[in-house]
Amino acid sequence: MSETQTLRQWLLTETPTSRRHAKISAFYKGWLTLRSNTMAMIGLGILVAMLFVAAAAPLLAPYDPFVQDLGNRLAPLGVEGHVFGTDSLGRDILSRLIYGTRITLYIVALVALIAPIVGLLVGTVSGYVGGWTDAILMRITDIFLAFPRLVLALAFVAALGAGIENAVLAISLTAWPPYARISRAETLTIRSSDYISAIKLQGAGALRIITKHIWPLCISSLIVRVTLDMAGIILAAAGLGFLGLGAQPPSPEWGAMISEGRRFILDHWWVATVPGLAIFTVSLAFNLLGDGLRDVLDPKAGE
Amino acid sequence: MSMLEVDGLNVWFGKHQQRVDAVKNATFAVARGESFGLVGESGSGKSTILRAITGLAPDWSGTLSIEGQTISKRRPKSFYKQVQMVFQDPYASLHPRHSVDQVLGETLHLHGFQDIDNRVVKLLDDVGLGQKFRFRYPHQLSGGQRQRVAIARALAPEPELLLLDEPTSALDVSVQAEILNLLTDLRAARGLTYLMVSHDLSVVGHMCDRLAVMKSGEIVEIMSVAALRKMDARHPYTQQLFEASL
Amino acid sequence: MMNTLLDVENLWVKFPSRHGIFDAVRGVSFTLGRERLGIVGESGSGKSMTGRAILRLIRKPGIVEADHIKLDGIDLQTKSEKEMRAVRGQRISMVMQDPKFSLNPVMTIGDQIIEAYRLHNAVSKGDAYRKSIEMLEAVSISSPERVMRAYPHEMSGGMGQRIMIAMMLIPNPEILIADEPTSALDVSVQRQVLDIMDKLVKERGMGLIFISHDLNLVADFCDRVLIMYAGRVVEVCDADKLHDAQHPYTRGLLNSLPRLDAPSKRLEVLQRDPEWSEAPSVSGRI
Repeated sequence: MSETQTLRQWLLTETPTSRRHAKISAFYKGWLTLRSNTMAMIGLGILVAMLFVAAAAPLLAPYDPFVQDLGNRLAPLGVEGHVFGTDSLGRDILSRLIYGTRITLYIVALVALIAPIVGLLVGTVSGYVGGWTDAILMRITDIFLAFPRLVLALAFVAALGAGIENAVLAISLTAWPPYARISRAETLTIRSSDYISAIKLQGAGALRIITKHIWPLCISSLIVRVTLDMAGIILAAAGLGFLGLGAQPPSPEWGAMISEGRRFILDHWWVATVPGLAIFTVSLAFNLLGDGLRDVLDPKAGE
Repeated sequence: MSMLEVDGLNVWFGKHQQRVDAVKNATFAVARGESFGLVGESGSGKSTILRAITGLAPDWSGTLSIEGQTISKRRPKSFYKQVQMVFQDPYASLHPRHSVDQVLGETLHLHGFQDIDNRVVKLLDDVGLGQKFRFRYPHQLSGGQRQRVAIARALAPEPELLLLDEPTSALDVSVQAEILNLLTDLRAARGLTYLMVSHDLSVVGHMCDRLAVMKSGEIVEIMSVAALRKMDARHPYTQQLFEASL
Repeated sequence: MMNTLLDVENLWVKFPSRHGIFDAVRGVSFTLGRERLGIVGESGSGKSMTGRAILRLIRKPGIVEADHIKLDGIDLQTKSEKEMRAVRGQRISMVMQDPKFSLNPVMTIGDQIIEAYRLHNAVSKGDAYRKSIEMLEAVSISSPERVMRAYPHEMSGGMGQRIMIAMMLIPNPEILIADEPTSALDVSVQRQVLDIMDKLVKERGMGLIFISHDLNLVADFCDRVLIMYAGRVVEVCDADKLHDAQHPYTRGLLNSLPRLDAPSKRLEVLQRDPEWSEAPSVSGRI
């Protein structure tokens, strides 16, 4: 190519020169679409900021989140040294919030890894193989769907014991059925398409067709769905924390913080409100990003 | 020995009350190196015959044989090295997330070829696309270019019999001419046998040596292209079809 | 001569994209009288866009610009969206390629036709029913009562297209725009649908814009033909003289068709000349 070609031209080319070039170029075009969506960029910005806060928590937090100062309990907002005040044991709420991002991210990452993958496996196998396999897998899915989510999660945690890992497991176990449904529906349409017929005519087996041909098309809609569900997952984790079945004190998990603050909500509203606002902000950020990703990842939009 | 022999082929969809007989007792043979056409209106079962041969329509009875070898219900891998198919709609027959390189590379890999890189390059040249298309995705290609990729994919295992399901009906006439020329050249160069489905009599007249006319699942007449050119039909339906196409 | 129903001057359709502005239609001018005007071209030539632009059916972010689009001397561009809605349907109707996507799948055909009729005419249900039966008879449907009770999925492609045409004709439009109305149909059915359209144009004195990719069909069926290439009209000619067309593009298209009466080893391939898309549009005005 000519020397004068700019990086932008190289990225936007219609004639990629290598496998890597084609991948990077496709990625860049998706990024441009996402970037033109202001709301999605705000969502992404909040999440990137949150990642940064979690990574640099020890540097950012003004106090140790576990150190109690009983002489300075329930200090109001903006008090000297405590921007968001202190809680019932005199711990700095801002510091606890900052450390809490780590827990929130941990929960979100784990659930986002487990639930969609289980759903994808169940849904695509069920949709592609059909017959008895489909009937059995889908009835199991229906059973899980029939329970109210939080109640089922409560039952799991009660059986497994309270704690953050078990909370994650319980949420994941209740979150996968919708993903299975989505992937199955997509698989059914993809299965009868000509490009699947074409690869069958090359002698490809079911395993290859599912993993290499059906998964790439299902994953994009799952990613969108996961980002949109993130808000619900954070809230469910917070709910379990609130009920005392998730993260255990003194862990600065946001839901547990609200639970603690509940007792003083009339006289000292900020103790519960500030972590509530944090949950709200992060949930909103995931929703905004999910909406933007839907535009980018929809295969039809690329045409 | 015929390249392809179809004897008393029945194809149906659904079970019991919902059963639809798409092909009824179809019998014909295609000689090695011949180009044979199947014509008829939509729903006449012409594409279904191709799908039955390749195994994409699972419910069929009768005898199908390739070079004297009877095809079993479960087709062995070697079958797909002999018989390949080009689909009607090039917009639907390529995976939207796979680049040309992936499509051809995977096909070659599945057929156990070793020198995949060289072969991808050669295939692209053979179908008149060239290197600059190698890493493109389907949405970066025109309809004609996509159909060329689909033809390259069908040629990858070096088949002897190519099943063509209306390969140009979704394309513009000028592109149709290019694709038909490409198919003519490939047939001459590789000694391929074609079984081509089309609703367009002039396309079949251009591409084929003989043709079968189908009506609601049955073959009503098998004729030579010379007879087609003279509009020399024996069956009244064929006559009707000729008149409508004029 | 014939009186002009529609007068389009210098029509442009533009789509802004990442690589700058893409002109789908570039400076097309034509008039339509009480005649059958064919617009032919390959995919991407802008023929469908031209039809849609007249009815202001171009979706955002597309932009339609024209010196004027006059219907009976009144510029459609000055009309509000509400007034345009009255034009669409009442005065200019459009038939699309696939009837399946244009009919509501959960309503009977009868209900849909009656609803469409009562939308345009203040009449009782009984009158609308009688009128609908009449309409279906006009498009050569032999058992209109049965069809009125049926749902769209029970209809074949040809039947569906006839029903669409019947619905489009209810308000007695002055102009019918048919965008590839027969492309999805078998040849024998195609002929019947064309005959129906032909009869209606002649009997009612409508103007017909017939958009198609099929040169032979247009040559057969229309009075006058605009040949479009890359958003421009490259040639205008009488339909019966289409086979003597002069422009190299039209000639190339005609020659690239396989012919039963003139067999050849290889087909002629169209060599595209970049100049064709540069040259200004030929005017199709009379």
